[in-house]
Amino acid sequence: MSRIIEKQDLSENVVRMVLEAPAIAKKRRAGQFIILKIDEEGERIPLTIVDSDADAGTITIIFQVVGRSTAALARLQTGDMISDLQGPLGNPTEIENFGRVVCIGGGVGVGVVYPLAAALKKAGNHVTSIIGARTKDLLILEEEMKKVSDRLIVATDDGSYGFHGFVSAVLQNLIDAGEKIDRVYAIGPVPMMRVLCNVTKPHGIRTIVSLNSIMVDATGMCGACRVSVGGKTKFTCVDGPEFDGHEVDFDLLANRLRMYQTQEKQAMEAHRCECHGK
Amino acid sequence: MENNELKPKKEKVPRQKMPEQEPKVRITNFNEVPTGYTEETAIAEAKRCIQCKKPGCIAGCPVDVDIPGFVRLIAEGRFIEAALKLKETNALPAVCGRVCPQEDQCEKLCILGKKGEPVAVGRLERFAADYERQAGKIAIPPPAKPNGKKVAVVGAGPSGLTIAGDLVRLGYDVTIFEALHKAGGVLVYGIPEFRLPKAIVEAEVDYLKKLGVKIETNAVIGRLKTVDELFVEGFDAVYLGVGAGAPVFMNIPGENLCGIYSANEYLTRSNLMKAYRFPEYDTPIGREKNVAVIGGGNVAMDSVRTALRLGAENAFIIYRRTEVEMPARIEEVHHAKEEGVQFKFLTNPVEYLGNKEGWVTGVRCQRMELGEPDESGRRRPVPVEGSEFVIPVDTVVVAVGTMANPIVPATTPGLETNRRGYIITKDASGRTSREGVYAGGDIVTGSATVILAMGAGKQAARAIHEYLSRS
Repeated sequence: MSRIIEKQDLSENVVRMVLEAPAIAKKRRAGQFIILKIDEEGERIPLTIVDSDADAGTITIIFQVVGRSTAALARLQTGDMISDLQGPLGNPTEIENFGRVVCIGGGVGVGVVYPLAAALKKAGNHVTSIIGARTKDLLILEEEMKKVSDRLIVATDDGSYGFHGFVSAVLQNLIDAGEKIDRVYAIGPVPMMRVLCNVTKPHGIRTIVSLNSIMVDATGMCGACRVSVGGKTKFTCVDGPEFDGHEVDFDLLANRLRMYQTQEKQAMEAHRCECHGK
Repeated sequence: MENNELKPKKEKVPRQKMPEQEPKVRITNFNEVPTGYTEETAIAEAKRCIQCKKPGCIAGCPVDVDIPGFVRLIAEGRFIEAALKLKETNALPAVCGRVCPQEDQCEKLCILGKKGEPVAVGRLERFAADYERQAGKIAIPPPAKPNGKKVAVVGAGPSGLTIAGDLVRLGYDVTIFEALHKAGGVLVYGIPEFRLPKAIVEAEVDYLKKLGVKIETNAVIGRLKTVDELFVEGFDAVYLGVGAGAPVFMNIPGENLCGIYSANEYLTRSNLMKAYRFPEYDTPIGREKNVAVIGGGNVAMDSVRTALRLGAENAFIIYRRTEVEMPARIEEVHHAKEEGVQFKFLTNPVEYLGNKEGWVTGVRCQRMELGEPDESGRRRPVPVEGSEFVIPVDTVVVAVGTMANPIVPATTPGLETNRRGYIITKDASGRTSREGVYAGGDIVTGSATVILAMGAGKQAARAIHEYLSRS
């Protein structure tokens, strides 16, 4: 059991929670995730650990309401209990001083790239961060990202804030301007990661992506999260979640993420009925 | 000599059958298939045992159950005492009575089996354990005097639960670390409800807790804590019973298409996550109409029978050898056939076909014929040239085996493993290359049975007790 210490709405449908998890907080490193299960009937939901406080014994998660399980999670309040929290899972990000790195986050992916940017900055890298959202109101963690970056560029699809356009266009501009970039971290929706990898590939810039495959056990037992990387099948949970973006088969990833679309709709209907009932 | 013990009785009582749900009914639910003996049938069956002076059956039991002893108690109507007798050496009798391959163990060595049918040891074991549980009279033995030593058990599967039960009764302070959110290992994620009701596993786990075993769920050893950190925390010995949980795929084209599952995933969704009760439970599972399960073991039978219960109209077993070579228990194959599973023997998948959305639409197969025996002693299947054909399917479950999960070995320096990643033990005691670290079950032997893993746990319990009594 784990208590919700703090809950905050970051934008419409994006929630930040601080959870009591002393053992995980002590052990976790940037890039790792947890599995969270709300109650007896709940799904096992993989969520990146955005931040942790070993002294307070807490971890921070950020999630977007996309289905019935995340909707149920968002309904919980400070002080409520979550039945299961498992982690830290996955391999930590490889953190070194690579030189000049660009950390890119789109949508709720900003929450995933934040701990990487923080760790890379701490390791002495020059960190440029590019964060994006569909519109200004959906942008998250701007202040936090500013603190861990040498330079922060904001982009919105509709131009309501910062650069008008996609984060990929911002990156393209940096490359075109002749900036030296040693590494790119690209985390967000699949189409965004795919485009960013297409931008960096011709320039041979190593690009790390963090994948959000569907998972069940998240300890290498089931293979639900299998992806194709460099033509080889890998499990996101134990071989990842980070991979060389130039090697990832994004079509396969996108297809597999849609595997339960029909059931998800059905579950959301059921969820709405529940909500109306209350 | 043996014949002396087989004096013809006045009238021969046949081996008692267990009533079962009708196939047509049971494929519409996940309830247990056989419903168990009544008191009368149990007594009748128990009386068939001739109480051999030198019983062969015990030698066939990996956990040394006093079989004639508990059977006699049932024959005398002393059911609770029979259950207690079982529990002297077996922490999980209600489980073993259901899932042990008795036909290859105790019952195979039963003297009655030489001329007729052996005593139904498994069914009697199940009866006694169920009787005790249903009567609500589960007796907890008085706690052992604490000996001040701590043992960590990694994995709450059959072998971990067994060793924990044995050590706690010797006075050890035992904590089991389980990666998943529920204890039981393969008993909760792998074996379906219709073969092993989860309430029974829960009751047996509860019994261990009442004996004093502590269970920490959601604790992935190797990630949350390493084996070395367990020693730092004050554990005097560590037992690794982490199983062979990683799925094996065949590495053929199209295997990552949507609709293709490992058996581990398919069964975990259905059993552990209760996806068969979706949307009441949140975890979804495919409910397509044409399901192919690849493989011929018990896990394949569990998967294909699950598919039927999830509404499949055509459920196939695709197996590259013939029925004779199938590793599944005869009883499981029999049940599957009764339920309408279609068996495609001497057939091997070579490729999966998919549609534009990336969903599987068919499996391209090759006919096989049996050639010379291979290292397993079974005749090697050889492809027949030009024999390819397609079976249209929309779900595939790959049940061709499992392999070692590398998380614990990879994070435990000095722990020797073999080429395939299984932990090397010095002898049957489960001693590993690391002082104070013992291992047993599937992570040592590769995928085997529940009862063999329990036997390994039992032997390691003795070895750890000896080791910690010395120091």
